[in-house]
Amino acid sequence: MSLLEVKDVTKSFSTKRDFLGRRIGWTHAVKGVSFTLDAGECLAVVGESGAGKSTVGRIALRLIEPDSGSITFDGVDVRAARAQELRALRQRMQMIFQDPHSSLDPRMTIGDAVAEPLLVHTDRSRTERERQSAALLERVGLGSRYLGRYPAELSGGQLQRVAIARALALNPAMIVCDEPVAALDVSVRAQVLNLLRELQEDLGLAYLFVCHDLALVEVIADRVLVMAAGEVVEEGTVEQIFAAPQQEYTQRLLSAIPVPLPRDAMGNRITSIGERA
Amino acid sequence: MDLAKNRDVAASDTVPATAKDSAPEAVSGAERPTPLLDVRDVSVEFPTAGRDWVTSVQNVSFQLMPGESMALVGESGSGKTVTSLAVMGLTEATGGRLSSGSVTFDGNELTGRPAKEWRKVRGPGMGMIFQQPIRSLNPAYTVGDQIAESVRKHLGLSRRQAEAKSVEMLEMVQIPRAAERAKEYPHAFSGGMCQRVMIAMVMACNPRLLIADEPTTALDVTVQETILDLLRDVQQQTGVALLFISHDLAVVAEICQRVAVMYAGEVIESAPAVDLFFRPQHPYSSGLLASIPRPGLSVDRRLRTIPGGIPAPGTWPAGCRFAPRCEFAQSGRCDTTHPPLDVVSTGGLSRCLRADELALDGVVT
Ligand SMILES: Nc1ncnc2c1ncn2[C@@H]1O[C@H](COP(=O)(O)OP(=O)(O)OP(=O)(O)O)[C@@H](O)[C@H]1O
Ligand SMILES: Nc1ncnc2c1ncn2[C@@H]1O[C@H](COP(=O)(O)OP(=O)(O)O)[C@@H](O)[C@H]1O
Ligand code: SF4
Ligand SMILES: [Mg+2]
Ligand SMILES: [Mg+2]
Repeated sequence: MSLLEVKDVTKSFSTKRDFLGRRIGWTHAVKGVSFTLDAGECLAVVGESGAGKSTVGRIALRLIEPDSGSITFDGVDVRAARAQELRALRQRMQMIFQDPHSSLDPRMTIGDAVAEPLLVHTDRSRTERERQSAALLERVGLGSRYLGRYPAELSGGQLQRVAIARALALNPAMIVCDEPVAALDVSVRAQVLNLLRELQEDLGLAYLFVCHDLALVEVIADRVLVMAAGEVVEEGTVEQIFAAPQQEYTQRLLSAIPVPLPRDAMGNRITSIGERA
Repeated sequence: MDLAKNRDVAASDTVPATAKDSAPEAVSGAERPTPLLDVRDVSVEFPTAGRDWVTSVQNVSFQLMPGESMALVGESGSGKTVTSLAVMGLTEATGGRLSSGSVTFDGNELTGRPAKEWRKVRGPGMGMIFQQPIRSLNPAYTVGDQIAESVRKHLGLSRRQAEAKSVEMLEMVQIPRAAERAKEYPHAFSGGMCQRVMIAMVMACNPRLLIADEPTTALDVTVQETILDLLRDVQQQTGVALLFISHDLAVVAEICQRVAVMYAGEVIESAPAVDLFFRPQHPYSSGLLASIPRPGLSVDRRLRTIPGGIPAPGTWPAGCRFAPRCEFAQSGRCDTTHPPLDVVSTGGLSRCLRADELALDGVVT
């Protein structure tokens, strides 16, 4: 049985209202999307801006109620879950967002931010929580000297590590990562991606990895779900998607990956320095 | 799988110049035409809470020839934006001050002039686009009106002429149904379309230099590709010089002939793109190239990284600023001597004491 099973989910948002405030215009953000995610697996959701990737990620956690369809997490019907049950589920399914600056409270120390889920969901003592948040910061490569610092003092990459530590606090089985490295520099991006992979391997985490950049997907994902205009247009293993993309849309996403080879005056790519070296 | 869209060629086929002639820094001014933009030893400081002023950018120099495209590359916080704002004469407006150096545009020295006059002297000859185009557009006016207003102010066109010009510019940046879309407000445009509008607005004044600060960082890859194609077209059509600011060397490769890499407030390497990509002369440049994800080329699906992070202004190490992160650092040497930006064997410039003894990896092909 899969850890997460999403079946035929659909979601529309109203975009326009008439003068009485009745909804008249609709965006079909997600249309009949189905997929499964196994424990310890990473499924990437890729597609252009507006394709519905983030909406799918939020639906999986029931941060957004779908209009129809079903979501099963670890055998539990997520849509039918009542408040108490949902609280228990939420401990096992976490989320990391693109912008680490806005996902952390600027007035809360890093230590408190990481310990907050423990405060909310467990009855651990203060010292126990502090010990644990120090260990979590260590785990994401930051170290306990960051405990008393505030978000404003940290770089984007460091903040994303904090967000990851926070997501790990309750030993989740799955993390929905919504463009977790899109706001980071190339070199920092590589560090954070490697960290995410390492954690996945060590802790057996499953990731639903929302991303528009296929270059990153190749490193982190096992399988890929390609979305366009709210629908899944292609699905396959990373190897399949990269070696033999079936849809023109997928091919377009692949060919948009910038290649770090400079161009000559005619715009042709230079592949070697030739006799000049 | 071959992801390249164009025919691949070897550099030797098409780049006749030797590295030495194409690195303007390495040649004395007399042998070359006047640069369009000449930035010399620019340092910028900002006031901080406890201590009075802290240097963010130190002794940055580079030249840009008419029509040339050059990249300023570096991690977040390395000083790229501060440098470009200094070029635009906006340092004071952001609360900083120029503590040394000069900026000369088209033969006119701009430094030492009050901000207002600086802007008048550089005139509409310099234009700038930013990472968040939507923030540069006024939500209360239609896109067409904003472009028209800008050309009326800078070029002194009549209302009717300005309106025609704004539609013409929207066509140039390939916005479909330009005449209709000119009447829409910015919120009706996607991120990529907003960036096109910004390019239209800036190019409407016929600038000779376009500064683009991370213009595609907020866009998704397919839209990024179209904006890079557009910038390349615009350059070809108008001959505008481009100062392209980015943290991503893969993006820079698409569009720039020359690259200056910044680290901790200074330029640490400067070279023609071909040299920088295939035979980098600074360990930091080499590390940046290695950390670019390359489908099909990663080893064991792990990305190579540069350990650690960039030091903030005011905490720069005394010797080589990259030494704490450098795998080639030698103690007693790299941690004590601040390396000068020197000409190296390839003809480019590097701020590494060991540039000539190291054989650094270039981009994997
Ligand atoms: N709360 C909302 N209200 C109205 N429309 C919404 C809402 N959330 C999403 N949408 C719309 O649903 C569609 C899908 O949005 P979604 O955020 O899932 O896309 P995405 O694939 O994550 O895009 P991006 O790469 O830009 O993040 C878009 O047309 C978007 O405008
Ligand atoms: N207005 C300002 N006041 C104080 N410090 C600033 C200001 N603008 C930039 N800095 C500092 O200067 C350094 C370089 O910033 P910047 O040029 O924006 O970097 P980037 O290379 O990311 O564009 C950073 O450490 C930043 O915090
Ligand atoms: S000077 Fe030394 S520490 Fe600095 S980049 Fe060169 S080898 Fe590395
Ligand atoms: Mg999204
Ligand atoms: Mg910047």
